[in-house]
Amino acid sequence: MSIEISNLSKQFGSFVALDHIHLAIKPGELLALLGPSGSGKTTLLRVIAGLETADSGQVLFNNEDSTSKHVRDRQVGFVFQHYALFRNMTIFENVAFGLRVRPKKHRPTSQEIDQRVTHLLKLVQLDWLADRYPHQLSGGQRQRIALARALAVEPKVLLLDEPFGALDAKVRKELRAWLRKLHDDMHITSIFVTHDQEEALEVADRVVVMNQGRIEQIGTPDEVYEKPANPFIYEFLGHVNLFHGRVQRGRAWIDNIEIHAPEHAEADAFEAIAYVRPHEIEVEREINGEPALAARVVHVLSTGRVVKLELVRNNHQNQDTIQVELSKERFRALQLAKGDKVYIRPRRLDFFPDPANQSLLAS
Amino acid sequence: MTTLAQTLSSGRLQSARIAEESAWVRWILIGLALTFLALFLFVPLVAVFHEALKKGWDVYYAAITEPDALAAMRLTLTAAAIAVPLNLIFGIAAAWAIAKFEFRGKNILITLIDLPFSVSPVVAGLIYVLVFGLQGWLGPWLAAHDIQIIFAVPGIVLATIFVTVPFIARELIPLMQAQGTEEEEAAVILGANGWQTLWRVTLPNIKWGLLYGTILCNARAMGEFGAVSVVSGHIRGSTNTLPLHVEILYNEYSFAAAFAVASLLAMLALITLAAKTLVEHRLAKQHQPREINHEH
Repeated sequence: MSIEISNLSKQFGSFVALDHIHLAIKPGELLALLGPSGSGKTTLLRVIAGLETADSGQVLFNNEDSTSKHVRDRQVGFVFQHYALFRNMTIFENVAFGLRVRPKKHRPTSQEIDQRVTHLLKLVQLDWLADRYPHQLSGGQRQRIALARALAVEPKVLLLDEPFGALDAKVRKELRAWLRKLHDDMHITSIFVTHDQEEALEVADRVVVMNQGRIEQIGTPDEVYEKPANPFIYEFLGHVNLFHGRVQRGRAWIDNIEIHAPEHAEADAFEAIAYVRPHEIEVEREINGEPALAARVVHVLSTGRVVKLELVRNNHQNQDTIQVELSKERFRALQLAKGDKVYIRPRRLDFFPDPANQSLLAS
Repeated sequence: MTTLAQTLSSGRLQSARIAEESAWVRWILIGLALTFLALFLFVPLVAVFHEALKKGWDVYYAAITEPDALAAMRLTLTAAAIAVPLNLIFGIAAAWAIAKFEFRGKNILITLIDLPFSVSPVVAGLIYVLVFGLQGWLGPWLAAHDIQIIFAVPGIVLATIFVTVPFIARELIPLMQAQGTEEEEAAVILGANGWQTLWRVTLPNIKWGLLYGTILCNARAMGEFGAVSVVSGHIRGSTNTLPLHVEILYNEYSFAAAFAVASLLAMLALITLAAKTLVEHRLAKQHQPREINHEH
């Protein structure tokens, strides 16, 4: 089922949860809504489910307006962050619930229900827990049952609200891979909400980054990671180093080093900020002809495959540490130690107009 | 430096002292509480049964099977049989509204539910006399239509309902607030209608709290004296409830009979207590689910 969201807005009092959202979801897609808390991602998911009503705008399921359709008629499956299993029912009855409450003429026979539930419990590999109660299960098991329960009614869309948020790191990783595999097998249009960028990038076909009720960027995990649309996304998607510089007509400067900035070929001079990921910085012991920034090693942290360096620039008013990641081999070749002097050169920089400076100009 | 060393060496002792009072303080407190309970609760309870049976089983049996006593018993049971189910429905509705929805005037509703706790029952009775009595606001209209509320069974039922309003709602509100709305949302998404959600999800989740509130509500409905006394008119065999009957007998110096009827109420209290303890036990069990933290 395809989902199209057009011009959706929602306010809670004076707080704008959703601000004119447009979004098209393809059939069979696994989409992540990624954003910090308060960005409106959960509200968007609940509006799609029908648990909240939007102030304005539309939700179309297969090009059919579902805005006024009741939750129970939308044929969506919903998985809650805290599972929301029925505590007074056994695991079996939890999964069977959606079938048992059907009107008599659509209700499967109890034998069919039996088969279906058993099949689903096998699918989530927990058929041996059928007679237990939710409180007797671990968090990861409960979330898998919640998923089986949602799938029992054969939903056209699967919505997951921070499905792994309440689980510990190891279980979260396992379930993540498991969800991806399940989706590949079933091809049901799915949307999941998360604030964990790693989770979104790893699992989803496409990622929607949200902030303050707006969509900041939509793209594949690679696009979002490699080409963040703006500073917010850069800072939200993991560790980055920030440099201040100037951009003019396709060229950029950070102190003495000059870098090509073809995407700003037409730009008049502006103050800029630039982002570099830790693994996109080259480190040399000597200047090798190319311009580079002088820095000094203040901390070395070895974590298995990669070595993380913390550097501080020499003779510079900005004493923020610069994070660099090197492969173990490169680190050995350089033979670096705390206090050593090095030269660094960003391999790739993305420039954005400096918000601090802009606001100065605007005022 | 010596102070530091001393502090360190006596650290264990200190923490033990902070954690609990010395033995004699404990024993004095326990002794006080037990003496108080014995004096004000246990001795009267024994006294009731002792006085009731003082003149033998025959007198006891006669006192509680006498027609007026039986009529009082019937009336008490009737009042409770009407008041408790009504408060059950109201309590669930009010608790549901307060716990699961946001609306204007929610705090006013909560305050109103508590009102019967803060108002003297006698005042509650008087309010009904003022509203429904012959000289009251609705009095002339009621008289014209030949409806009698005050000094009749309807007045007693109304007064009983008034004083027992808070019990079930008060018990359910925190319970339902703690449980949240997610299970209901899950049920609706899975296709359940409102009725199915109520019967299959909401009620099973609150059943022990509901039973607990009902037991307390019932005990109060049967034991209520003040409000009922004002609206009853004390007509023997007609508008006398058990507590009122006890008072009349006592005022007529029929002590043995008074205590015999009182012992019925005392027994009700004991049964209530036992049931309450049992339900409390189940409630505690429901709220401390065992966690099994292994992963498969």
